[in-house]
Amino acid sequence: MRHIISILLENEAGALSRVAGLFSARAYNIESLTVAPTEDPSVSRMTLVTHGSDDVVEQITKQLNKLIEVVKVIDLSEGEHIERELMLIKVKAIGEMREEMKRMVDIFRGRIIGVTDSTYVVELTGNGAKLDAFIEAIDRSLILETVRTGACGIPRGERVLRV
Amino acid sequence: MELTGAEIVVQSLAAEGVEFVFGYPGGSVLHIYDELFKQDRVKHVLVRHEQGAAHAADGYSRASNKVGVCLVTSGPGVTNAVTGIATAYMDSIPMIIITGQVPTHAIGLDAFQEVDTVGITRPCVKHNFLVKDVRDLALTMKKAFHIATTGRPGPVLVDIPKDVTAAVCEFRYPESVELRSYNPVVRGHSGQIRKALDLLLDAKRPMVYAGGGVVLANGAAELTRLVRLLGYPCTNTLMGLGGFPGTDPQFVGMLGMHGTYEANMAMQHCDVLVAIGARFDDRVIGDPRDFGRISRKIIHIDVDPSSISKRVKVDIPIVGDVREVLLELLSQMEGQAQRIDRSALAAWWSQIDQWRGRECLRYDRTAEIIKPQFVVEKLWEVTGGKAIITSDVGQHQMWAAQFYKFDEPRRWINSGGLGTMGFGLPAAMGASLANPGQTVACVTGEASIQMCIQELSTCKQYHLPIKIVNLNNRYMGMVRQWQEFFHGNRYAESYMNALPDFVRLAEAYGHVGIKIDKPGDVEGALREAFARRDQLVFLDFITDATENVYPMVAGGKGLTDMILAEDL
Ligand SMILES: Cc1ncc(C[n+]2csc(CCOP(=O)(O)OP(=O)(O)O)c2C)c(N)n1
Repeated sequence: MRHIISILLENEAGALSRVAGLFSARAYNIESLTVAPTEDPSVSRMTLVTHGSDDVVEQITKQLNKLIEVVKVIDLSEGEHIERELMLIKVKAIGEMREEMKRMVDIFRGRIIGVTDSTYVVELTGNGAKLDAFIEAIDRSLILETVRTGACGIPRGERVLRV
Repeated sequence: MELTGAEIVVQSLAAEGVEFVFGYPGGSVLHIYDELFKQDRVKHVLVRHEQGAAHAADGYSRASNKVGVCLVTSGPGVTNAVTGIATAYMDSIPMIIITGQVPTHAIGLDAFQEVDTVGITRPCVKHNFLVKDVRDLALTMKKAFHIATTGRPGPVLVDIPKDVTAAVCEFRYPESVELRSYNPVVRGHSGQIRKALDLLLDAKRPMVYAGGGVVLANGAAELTRLVRLLGYPCTNTLMGLGGFPGTDPQFVGMLGMHGTYEANMAMQHCDVLVAIGARFDDRVIGDPRDFGRISRKIIHIDVDPSSISKRVKVDIPIVGDVREVLLELLSQMEGQAQRIDRSALAAWWSQIDQWRGRECLRYDRTAEIIKPQFVVEKLWEVTGGKAIITSDVGQHQMWAAQFYKFDEPRRWINSGGLGTMGFGLPAAMGASLANPGQTVACVTGEASIQMCIQELSTCKQYHLPIKIVNLNNRYMGMVRQWQEFFHGNRYAESYMNALPDFVRLAEAYGHVGIKIDKPGDVEGALREAFARRDQLVFLDFITDATENVYPMVAGGKGLTDMILAEDL
């Protein structure tokens, strides 16, 4: 099963490599991992997407909690949560293709944030499936490059993850 | 007062009550050595190889319940110590490793003797630090000791660049430290403990399975009290020996790959199992699916939540310090012992006694050639069962574990998790320094002892009267045994030609050597060796090269799928 795990960790050099090292050393799978500081400069927040049986995911959370620099861990998939990912995608946009691409971007509620004579840079946020759907919807041969942040997530409602 | 980083290191060690530092100097730690030179509170023990320093600090810690400290230089000093650090990590030994690093301005530039110490050691320490600012040094030292000794203990490494040891700042050693991200659970959940007790008291075929966690948590006395109150059978893991008295009639022996028939059978066939400071590892329960074939209720007490339900699903997890949980169990047990079903228990014991009747540790006592088991039995007799025994890795380790009956914790010191050959002698040095006047013997094999043989020189320098019991079978015996059982008797590279003359080798280092090749001389030689209270004696026992360790559960097999001596 796919799990999306949120981690608060001390904003210290090397903390990220401890998490990454744990996953490779114990042969846990990582689909994506994002990390950045939070409003509290002493902690970073990491979102990690992994696949595994319930037993494996239980071990993953326990092992994460064991790392000295990990302050808190929650498995967002255990409750209602919101998940978003940002994708930047550079596409060929020439002639009548420019209009067509613009329409497609509108349908997906994306934005064109970079324009040249022959290219667009499109910004798109959503869950992973939506970003995949956009890639499926446009002509593959038009894609010049893509970059995705990986998922980040937050629990819905009252549930909060903070120090 | 303003102190240099080097002074801060030494003052911090003194403030932590550190008696010995096991180390080896080099460029990046010279400021620290200079400070060690100028004082006499913290004594330095100069080993002959950094692996020895780490093992000695480890052995010191295991034998004393104090923190072992080791100090090595950057680059090769660190990489040499890694085996010792990983050994301590696998067995959860509290230890501090201080490593020199190239100056901060040179880090990352492939400087002379630079390695990424924090990176190399990350997977084999509980935690590590790189101190880039002298103002962080005292607090980091405090954190290191705190982390190493609390929760599930483990080695913590502090990497200090040379310029940081020269820089100065105000020094005040913190009295305590709080880490918001690190709060190990101490007391077990009392509701869970009550449920566990109910289950235990209602058991028909109960079994107590206790591991190294009992020893580490200093819970041996509490475990012993509980098991005796219950009247239940108790087994120890390799790491847990001495956690329950080896001569107690309720002790069914060690379990696992080379465990006794009765311990493994009882483990498999019990209806309620309480695991205490043990982790169901592969050498203990074999194939977890086979173990799960028979259903039983499991209570698991451990300080590390990640040890619980890792290989085996349990019914009642209790996270907490083993000793604290045992104390709570004992207090809840007050007046409850009459609930135990005595007739079911009697039937269970008679089943166990039947298993015991197989006498799975039997060996040929009439042999003309020295049997290794006989040497360990005599060692137990001659030392009155009271020696601290360290060991290396191989058959000799298993025979020591099977035949030396440990009645007290911290007397059996071996590398259970990593299985590090070369551990025995340096660990014995640490144990000996921690317990002056106490008898310390290292049970080893002719292959293992050669992995850290250079430490004989350290033993001479510090007058460590260790007795080395070399079970010399001319083979890497454990490897040979696997080759005999699983590789059609093809003894690939497990025979060591050109062994040294160990007697003359011991003499060359300034010690006493004795070679024994007749069973009739075993006891006399041991008595002579132990009578030499101030000398290291190297006892080279020429033993049966073909002897195997029984019982044996082959790797990946079920726990009751044992190869017994009588089957052959
Ligand atoms: C550093 C290291 N290298 C290799 C091994 C694999 N190994 C396990 S037991 C063993 C043989 C040990 O031989 P010896 O010390 O003579 O003991 P014996 O088994 O004969 O009692 C070997 C090579 C190990 N455990 N540690």
